[in-house]
Amino acid sequence: MMKDITLGQYFPGNSLLHRLDPRMKLVLTLFFIVLVFLPRNWWGLLTVGLFLLLVIGLSRLPLRLMWRSTKPVLFLVLFTSILNVLYVHEGTVLVHWGFLRITTGGLQSAAFIAIRILCLILGSSLLTYTTTPTALTDAIERLLSPLKVIKVNPHELAMMMTIALRFIPTLMEETDKIMSAQKARGADMESGGLVQRVKALIPILIPLFVSSFRRAYDLAMAMECRCYQGGEGRTRMKQLRTALRDWLSLTVYAAVGVGIVLLNIYFGKVL
Amino acid sequence: MDMLRAIDVHFDYTYENEAPQVVLQGVDLAIEKGSFVAVLGHNGCGKSTLAKHFNALLLPTGGQVLVADMTTADEDNTYPIRRRVGMVLQNPDNQLVSTIVEEDVAFGPENLGLPPAEIRARVDAALAAVDMTAYKDHSPHRLSGGQKQRIAIAGVLAMHPDCLLLDEPTAMLDPQGRREVLDTVCRLNHEQGMTVVLITHYMEEAALADRVVVMDEGRVVLDGTPRQVFAQGERLTALGLDVPQPTALCAALRQRGVDIPADLLTPEECAAAILKRLKN
Repeated sequence: MMKDITLGQYFPGNSLLHRLDPRMKLVLTLFFIVLVFLPRNWWGLLTVGLFLLLVIGLSRLPLRLMWRSTKPVLFLVLFTSILNVLYVHEGTVLVHWGFLRITTGGLQSAAFIAIRILCLILGSSLLTYTTTPTALTDAIERLLSPLKVIKVNPHELAMMMTIALRFIPTLMEETDKIMSAQKARGADMESGGLVQRVKALIPILIPLFVSSFRRAYDLAMAMECRCYQGGEGRTRMKQLRTALRDWLSLTVYAAVGVGIVLLNIYFGKVL
Repeated sequence: MDMLRAIDVHFDYTYENEAPQVVLQGVDLAIEKGSFVAVLGHNGCGKSTLAKHFNALLLPTGGQVLVADMTTADEDNTYPIRRRVGMVLQNPDNQLVSTIVEEDVAFGPENLGLPPAEIRARVDAALAAVDMTAYKDHSPHRLSGGQKQRIAIAGVLAMHPDCLLLDEPTAMLDPQGRREVLDTVCRLNHEQGMTVVLITHYMEEAALADRVVVMDEGRVVLDGTPRQVFAQGERLTALGLDVPQPTALCAALRQRGVDIPADLLTPEECAAAILKRLKN
């Protein structure tokens, strides 16, 4: 059962988004987050929304994936919207009932925030849907390489991420096995109160820890056998190359950014 | 030329406030280039420890280990030695680094700092050599044990080693996976002249080698062709080892006074010899 847990959220495909350089995708995603927070009025937000729809269209991902990534945050969206409705007191009062005062301004800002959060979630989930974990790790390693100056080693960070990703399914499988083994010996994990259930986890966690350390030792040895000496002097089989499409995408994002700023200036601040 | 050479190698683990635990006590062994040597022994006889010496993972506390005439004691030799001697460990899950098969195979050559095109060529060749090209984009955790172990072998081959050192590579595999791995190893030895050192406790696997070395209590106790070694059934039993079934059958027959050779290894040879006896 646990073996089937999806690793990351990558959805294979061959769209323009899939083919972009992962480094550029990472930068564009950060840029998009800025875009989401730029608009000061409805026109700007509309631009962001339409642009996002265009990008989703270009990614050729099934829409149910988009739904899947929004579902867990719907509560958050609802919660912030309600807070906005209750605490923003601007514009005409629609309902006044005891301490409850709902205004047009409140409703407007609630809708604005809700759309903003949705755009944020959808836009950033596109990155993980269209990029393999390995490509992402690679991109992070290379984008962080300037950090070498301040003695942070991006290669080690990336290596740790890769190994973590590599061992998640292995350890899941192992957890499964240990659970079955403990159940076979009469361990009860499904009943009792919270405290009891947490206690029931101990016989699973301890063997899991012990075996992880053993695996770590083995892996370190295997890596040494294969001449691993850290990032120094290491080359990579897969080179990342930016193509024209990467720079064009960046230009488009920049243009949208400029557009929103202009809309902000032209229509002024509404919210 | 000797590929690997152990000269009176001693090794012991010392822990604080404890008596040293002696593992190797004077191993003398020379392994020729291009040979296929199986190292046998029961658990704790020091065979894995010896293997780690050939890869400079452990350094002898006495004596000397030479890999292609380089001593492991010199730290400058460590990486040249590890490049020449590729090691495959028992648990296939614990030696794969990457989430994608071909990237895992590329790990070794990447560490050597080779140019990307060269790495690509080596990875493709190594995957072809273990017959796993079709799986190059797969994730290792979806593969069977035998396939994972073949990927581990490919990862080592991509470094272009002179010698393949396998430490009980089939211990955790099912019969199918075991056959896959052994076929691969035999092919590499026969077709590419790769020196192979196979550490195992399966007699049938040792029977595939040109030479069998039996270890006990940190020493080499028997050394010869599989026929010579397995003919000494009683000695092997005394060392806590089995004898391949055909050999055991022949030994039992001989004990009952049947005149049959003592050095038969395969079921086919054994059957032929018995038939011949029956016809006479």
